[in-house]
Amino acid sequence: MKHVKTLNQANLKKSAATGGCGECQASCQSACKTSCTVANQKCEHSK
Amino acid sequence: MIHQYRMNGYDIVLDVNSGAVHVVDDIVYDLLELLKAPLAEECPKAVLEALEGRYPKEELLAAYQEILELYHADVLFSSDDYEQYADMMVASPIKAMCLHVAHDCNLRCKYCFASTGDFGGGRKLLDAETGKKAIDFLLKYSYGRRNIELDFFGGEPLMNFDVVKEVVDYARSKEEEYGKNFRFTITTNGVLLDDAKIDYINKEMSNVVLSIDGRKEINDLLRPAVNGKGSYDVIVPRYQRLVEKRRNNEEDRWQYYVRGTFTKHNLDFAKDVMHLNELGFDQISIEPVVSEDYRDYAITEKELPRIFEEYEELAKQMIALKKAGKGFNFFHFMIDLDQGPCAIKRLRGCGCGNEYVAVTPDGDVYPCHQFVGMEDWKMGSVHDLTVDFKKKDYFAKANIYSKEECKNCWAKFYCSGGCNANSYQYAGDIHKPHRISCELEKKRLECAIMIKAAMAGED
Repeated sequence: MKHVKTLNQANLKKSAATGGCGECQASCQSACKTSCTVANQKCEHSK
Repeated sequence: MIHQYRMNGYDIVLDVNSGAVHVVDDIVYDLLELLKAPLAEECPKAVLEALEGRYPKEELLAAYQEILELYHADVLFSSDDYEQYADMMVASPIKAMCLHVAHDCNLRCKYCFASTGDFGGGRKLLDAETGKKAIDFLLKYSYGRRNIELDFFGGEPLMNFDVVKEVVDYARSKEEEYGKNFRFTITTNGVLLDDAKIDYINKEMSNVVLSIDGRKEINDLLRPAVNGKGSYDVIVPRYQRLVEKRRNNEEDRWQYYVRGTFTKHNLDFAKDVMHLNELGFDQISIEPVVSEDYRDYAITEKELPRIFEEYEELAKQMIALKKAGKGFNFFHFMIDLDQGPCAIKRLRGCGCGNEYVAVTPDGDVYPCHQFVGMEDWKMGSVHDLTVDFKKKDYFAKANIYSKEECKNCWAKFYCSGGCNANSYQYAGDIHKPHRISCELEKKRLECAIMIKAAMAGED
């Protein structure tokens, strides 16, 4: 494309169908303890 | 839903529901500002007329075709199909715990949400028996989950380190029998760190959070010891030693964060982040204080524009360092656009009161560390291994579709509804997001995505 550069694979929808195992880290346990960011957590299956 | 913004010379478009991020040129950016889904196969006449003075018609038509291609590929104006999953949100196993081993502290941080360590309930230490009961509680309620997380928290957990070790030993002795993998972490102010504790932490803890606010004058202003003296000179060499030793660890045990708080007193907090990096730390988190507006250090609406500038400034400095091969991680700018958490995880975020709880030295169970001391929110005890399932269900059902303001927010899949405790404390309801936290989170996400745009092709 001339006008657009897409940065990623955009698989969020696919992950809804396959995800939800619950084995990943509770987000508050990582470093924050006050200000929740979930998007920086790792999927247990992508390690 | 899309979110478009300009920053640092980049025109960025986030397709909220697919998670796609597009870096576009001005013509696509301007077209998108005028378009609404569903898109027609031909560019609407009114849109063409509005932009014809600025761009040649053929260019507009060609750009529209690219937009249409993304739209048909479901990576632009993609539909929101997730609410069906929100309806299925049910109580989860309890698999994460914040264990308050000490309701006491050897610092007197001025912004402490825990009333200088005792959470308003008197200075106490957890005894080993109660600590072991907390492990029994996790073993009982984490059914079906293998990975169990336990954060040793306080007050200051190193004030009760023998109990920390006893609890770790007890949990490890149960792993095989119960088919569990305990991941321990500890959050410390560093004052009592010595070589023996450092070696133990580096051996047993999968993550360690080291509290420090940045530059000496900033740290010492807000993080004094009981005698009023600053803590910087004591803790910095200890943190450096811990991290230096930790770098030799296996991959699953090298993680750490130096973690600080910024307040109205250091709105130039990028300098604190850079200072920590100059001290040799490469995993850094500096977060906004959350407090009542009347505090002299409080961050209020008035401070937001200045903080936004500072986040952008930090992002630009980090890009320059990354390009020079000297990059580091800033917790809130970390984002994995390809392999982050699944959409289900993103629907309800922190998990407090549902999959995550806090336990006090008395053995009382609360939804999370921030709720500790609020008697109405007590939801069980490790002594008799009880849980108030009504309260647990209440938290289990809190998700981005149960929060009116989150439902239509472009950032919902990145913060997942924010911190329930902050929402309750400062907006009065776990379903009402705390506005200042939201605004800061959105700015951080814009910066994080912009950094990805700037680094595209360089990583």
